[in-house]
Amino acid sequence: MSLQTPEKQSPNTQQIENALTQQLDLLPRRDAVLRMSEVRAAEVADQPVSDDDDQTMMMNMGPAHPSTHGVLRLMLELDGETVVRSKPVVGYLHTGMEKTAETLTYLQGPTNVTRMDYASPLFNELVFSLAVEDLIGIEIPPRAVWIRMMMTELNRIASHLLFMATNGMDLGAVSMMIYGWREREQVLRFFQKVTGLRMNHNYIRPGGVAADLPDGWEQDVIDLLDMLPPRLEEYDILMTGQPIWRDRLQGVGVLTQAEAQALSTTGPLLRSTGISWDLRKDMPYLAYDDVDFDVIVGSYGDSFDRYAIRLNEIRESMRIVRQCVEKMPVGDYKAQDKKVTPPPRTRIDESMEALIHHFKIFTEGYKVPEGETYIGIESPRGELGCYIVSDGSAKPYRMHIRGPSFVNLQVMPHMMANGLIADAVVVISSVDPVLGEVDR
Amino acid sequence: MTAETEAAEMQPAETQREDLQRYGVPYAAHGEQKVIFPHRDMWLQTAVALLQDGWNMCLDVTAVDYLDKKHPALPSDIPAERFEVVATFISYERKERLRARIQVPEADPTIGSLYTIYPGSDYLEREVYDMFGINFEGHPDLSRILMPENWQGHPLRKDYAVGSIPVQFKNSRQDSPKEGA
Repeated sequence: MSLQTPEKQSPNTQQIENALTQQLDLLPRRDAVLRMSEVRAAEVADQPVSDDDDQTMMMNMGPAHPSTHGVLRLMLELDGETVVRSKPVVGYLHTGMEKTAETLTYLQGPTNVTRMDYASPLFNELVFSLAVEDLIGIEIPPRAVWIRMMMTELNRIASHLLFMATNGMDLGAVSMMIYGWREREQVLRFFQKVTGLRMNHNYIRPGGVAADLPDGWEQDVIDLLDMLPPRLEEYDILMTGQPIWRDRLQGVGVLTQAEAQALSTTGPLLRSTGISWDLRKDMPYLAYDDVDFDVIVGSYGDSFDRYAIRLNEIRESMRIVRQCVEKMPVGDYKAQDKKVTPPPRTRIDESMEALIHHFKIFTEGYKVPEGETYIGIESPRGELGCYIVSDGSAKPYRMHIRGPSFVNLQVMPHMMANGLIADAVVVISSVDPVLGEVDR
Repeated sequence: MTAETEAAEMQPAETQREDLQRYGVPYAAHGEQKVIFPHRDMWLQTAVALLQDGWNMCLDVTAVDYLDKKHPALPSDIPAERFEVVATFISYERKERLRARIQVPEADPTIGSLYTIYPGSDYLEREVYDMFGINFEGHPDLSRILMPENWQGHPLRKDYAVGSIPVQFKNSRQDSPKEGA
């Protein structure tokens, strides 16, 4: 049966053309997007230098450039010091993690996805777990929900602190790098205490979290929260109020609201243009309904706004974490659904059935009902989505991660257009891509 | 009676959804998730209707290769094809997401590109092309994005074997062993 009706096509073709001009008009700088293959770029590079003033130069930046945050490579077309067109080239970290996910059980899945956005691994685990739980249809005990919320907010703090460090380093405030790492290390130490690992925790799993918080965790978190505010004030002195810092960032890499929307930008990039869109507030998940916090919104869409948004998001996350400490419910830290939850260690010693159950879960995994689902959460970089298709077996038939860094990269040529090479570094830094998530 | 109204009438009365009916394509809603099933030939028209209806942003474009599997939750009146392109949209006003699932046959894996309607789909469609070999007609630069440009095959297809391949680095040169080493 065909769903197509031919007579309907002609007015709709007109509609498409209207939409075409309207939507692309939102991107006045789209000519700055360089679309050139490697082969063609090599040919262009071999052309002789002419005396013609109009001749531009192709230059390669990265993938091993210190300010490209890993392995981002930029193909730049330069007119003197000015960037005319640019093309982000990615794929250097591509290891086929979506293909790998098809060979791992749902229990092994978080170990795989946690390695994608390595600066905020808990978010990857969370979105994967939420998607699996949505397919199975299990309820998570309140304590697990609040532990997840507290841990991801701490992770957001760590991720934004890392941004503070690299943002400073990229722009020549090298001492800032040391400060940012120093504070982030304190958060990672807490993660190590709770999960056993500094990064790639595999802590949030379908059904709850891997372990309860250790004794005395409240004091550790309170110590963290007391340590941070004076340090953030140091950042304010070192950067926010500094004329050199402001001159370097203000008005550089400006993104308009229309561009941000048309290019599917999410996260601090979108909020810097004045759109108040934060999934924690607008489409709440976990228990964000029950905590009090503000969404930080910019107004100019420049690099300084993005810096300030992230700095203040650290403060908002601290507010959420403090409320988590106060309101943390007692009870189970994982669902008591025998299907997905392995039996407790003590039961294995005394019950043969528990031992069999333990082995079944860790070798065969558990079956997830047939279906497909998309879940999105607010990661430090924007909307992190997970699309899972289950065919009813113990492994996902297809697992796709919508990486915010990957989609956000598209704005780079627009933001770099007609700027200086030195400002291109500012743009890369303020987009804050994590290449593990871009390439997956 | 057009095919669309026929498809809409096939939905049981209690699940009729005003908000999803207006696009004139089969739909389903389970829980908070809304799914529409436009036909491939109607895809761009549907996308224009979505844009005009306040779905601000195309969040995600991906695909699934159902080589010999049954498609989950596919309405019975839609002929299943090997590939399925899945696009996710979001609306700020409604605070909702909408998912479109489009069947793409193996014999002719092409579909219209969203680029002119939702320019943010640029990289996402390039990724789908790279990983599944689905062509997006009208895309300004449909080239590989994650795999090397001269790569053969499309890795996320189900008939693409998982395994190791010999890697030869470009411009690599084997130095002859040093004397006496």
